[in-house]
Amino acid sequence: MKGLISLAALAVALGCGSAQAQYTDGTIKIGVLNDMSGTYSDLSGQGSVIAARMAVEDFGAAAKGMKVEIIGADHQNKPDVGSNIARTWIDVDKVDVIVDVPTSSVALAVNEIVRDKNKVFLVSGAAASDLTGPKCTPNTIHWTYDTWALANGTGKAIVKTGGDTWFFLTADYAFGHALERDTAAVVEKNGGKVLGRVRHPFPGTDFSSFLLQAQASKAKIIGLANAGSDTINSIKQAAEFGITSGGQNLAALLAFITDVHALGLQTAQGLILTEAWYWDLNDADRAFAKRFAPQYKGIYPTMVHAGVYSAVTHYLKAVEALKSDADGKAVVAKMKEMPTDDKLFGKGTVRADGRKIHPMYLFEVKKPAESKGPWDYYKVRATIPADEAFRPLSEGGCPLVKS
Amino acid sequence: MFEVLGISSQALFGQLLIGLINGSFYALLSLGLAVIFGMLNIINFTHGAQYMLGAFTAFFLLRYAGMGYWWAIVVAPLVIGLTGIIIERLFLQWLYKLDHLYGLLLTFGLALMFEGTFRNFFGSSGLPYSVPPELQGGRNLGFMFLPNYRAWVVLFSLAVCLATWFVIERTKLGSYLRAATENPTLVRAFGINVPRMITLTYGFGVALAALAGVMAAPIYNVSPQMGSNLIIVVFAVVVIGGMGSIMGAIVTGFGLGIIEGLTKVFFPEASNTVIFIIMAIVLLIRPAGLFGRGA
Repeated sequence: MKGLISLAALAVALGCGSAQAQYTDGTIKIGVLNDMSGTYSDLSGQGSVIAARMAVEDFGAAAKGMKVEIIGADHQNKPDVGSNIARTWIDVDKVDVIVDVPTSSVALAVNEIVRDKNKVFLVSGAAASDLTGPKCTPNTIHWTYDTWALANGTGKAIVKTGGDTWFFLTADYAFGHALERDTAAVVEKNGGKVLGRVRHPFPGTDFSSFLLQAQASKAKIIGLANAGSDTINSIKQAAEFGITSGGQNLAALLAFITDVHALGLQTAQGLILTEAWYWDLNDADRAFAKRFAPQYKGIYPTMVHAGVYSAVTHYLKAVEALKSDADGKAVVAKMKEMPTDDKLFGKGTVRADGRKIHPMYLFEVKKPAESKGPWDYYKVRATIPADEAFRPLSEGGCPLVKS
Repeated sequence: MFEVLGISSQALFGQLLIGLINGSFYALLSLGLAVIFGMLNIINFTHGAQYMLGAFTAFFLLRYAGMGYWWAIVVAPLVIGLTGIIIERLFLQWLYKLDHLYGLLLTFGLALMFEGTFRNFFGSSGLPYSVPPELQGGRNLGFMFLPNYRAWVVLFSLAVCLATWFVIERTKLGSYLRAATENPTLVRAFGINVPRMITLTYGFGVALAALAGVMAAPIYNVSPQMGSNLIIVVFAVVVIGGMGSIMGAIVTGFGLGIIEGLTKVFFPEASNTVIFIIMAIVLLIRPAGLFGRGA
């Protein structure tokens, strides 16, 4: 009985404000959940909080009478820590949307929680294509990139230029497994062969032992299905052990500009990699980077940061159109219905399975002589058009698509 | 050519050698920890951070003073050792009479502060540092390609380890040190400045960590979290070897490097847990560690 009364009181309270937009407890609360202290903290970390804040400023939320609050937390790349924060945020702190979440194992855990609590989950940092495949939910949008797109970009380009035998060096968790699976599929589809693989603990330090195994396989290409400092150390140590000079080539299946910066061009030159965004593609991107870097220890934005900006912008548009952020499913449905348009990713769409669609780019890392200075690292090798960049809707196995 | 469990002897020798290389880092770091614990009774959780500081000092010397690797290998341990002496004088000397827990908390807190500060200024991706020109390249041993730099790491760390063992276990200075830990009052009665000796010992242990950091800089990425990734393993090595045992730290350091290397071939997924499994087994059978003097 008591419960019924308080429910009625709540309904009355909600009803009172019906003339205005209804944001739960008056505020749109954005929670940026990522790695703030470990191996992925440069490519996401505090930078994603900054990107989200810039999106809110550029959207002019304050002028439109929308009160937006941004909070951030460190999930330490641990699914249990990430799940706890996500639950506390939603239940206690009334967070309406969780953003970023690199480290696929954490993202997959948060994915379930956000669905159960009917909030919104905008993934920028995580890579596993399962998020729009078997694990897709009506509350999640996978924004920036995924393992399928990386495999389709880098993997295909390398097989087509003669790299047809592969050995994988894989980070032993959800992300590495997904990237290895998607790349192996691309390699085999294009007539290549996978000779073997080894799975290393995440995060690792010494890769020489795994690299020797890769060397012994005689594969032409050693595919690095890892990220962050694992990739940096693998590349550095491969050079040391004469693997690259011995005729085998490395494929960094996921590398960010921060990784290239840490490696230095001397070591990184010639690497081919796939990204959704690079700061030096057009004037708007450059302006964004120049605004972003001074706020973030001089680090230039990665595609993850740009993705956070783009995703938050589109979220705010949808919430503005709905005049409510209460029902996560409804907000995501609105986001799928509205075409996306922002200054970093341009025009695009969000597909029924939650996949954000935009072009991807195949970059090559410049030689030291070609670079004008720090952060001038990429040249575009190819643009992968939006309709070819991501896994076709019918092949993902997302339950939302059939219904 | 012969095969062991489907792995060719070539690959096996390669992995043994790589295990030895990684083991030399474990040995050098656990040696510093063992010296500090043996002489000061402090569990130095700052050790990983001091290793990181050593690597960063090498980087700074190169970038801002133009001093290369060979300078760094001398200067960085001195500088970081000096900061160790300051830490000992300011904080640690007040803790010797208290429970181990206090020293552990203090050093752990310092480690977090060092790492946090460096992450704040330099980010987490790390900074590049290359192999010195004299040691670039490598030689083909038939079963594997051995980079010259890695060979240098093994030989040099072995030399440092043995020299340290010799000084502490076989010289007069070492005997003073050992006596001072057993009975400081009595040693002081002989006119030896025990507090100063202990301060210098801590400085030396820290310098060893910094030395390992300089040696790691060209191989691993110079990054703020490089120490915390390694330190837990190194603590396991010290526990297996026996807390405070110098020889134990050296032998188990190299030995566990090799065991870990072999795990990376036969069951790579377990390669970061194998050391802890061994630790559990050793603690069950010999609670004082393999080389520990019985508790």
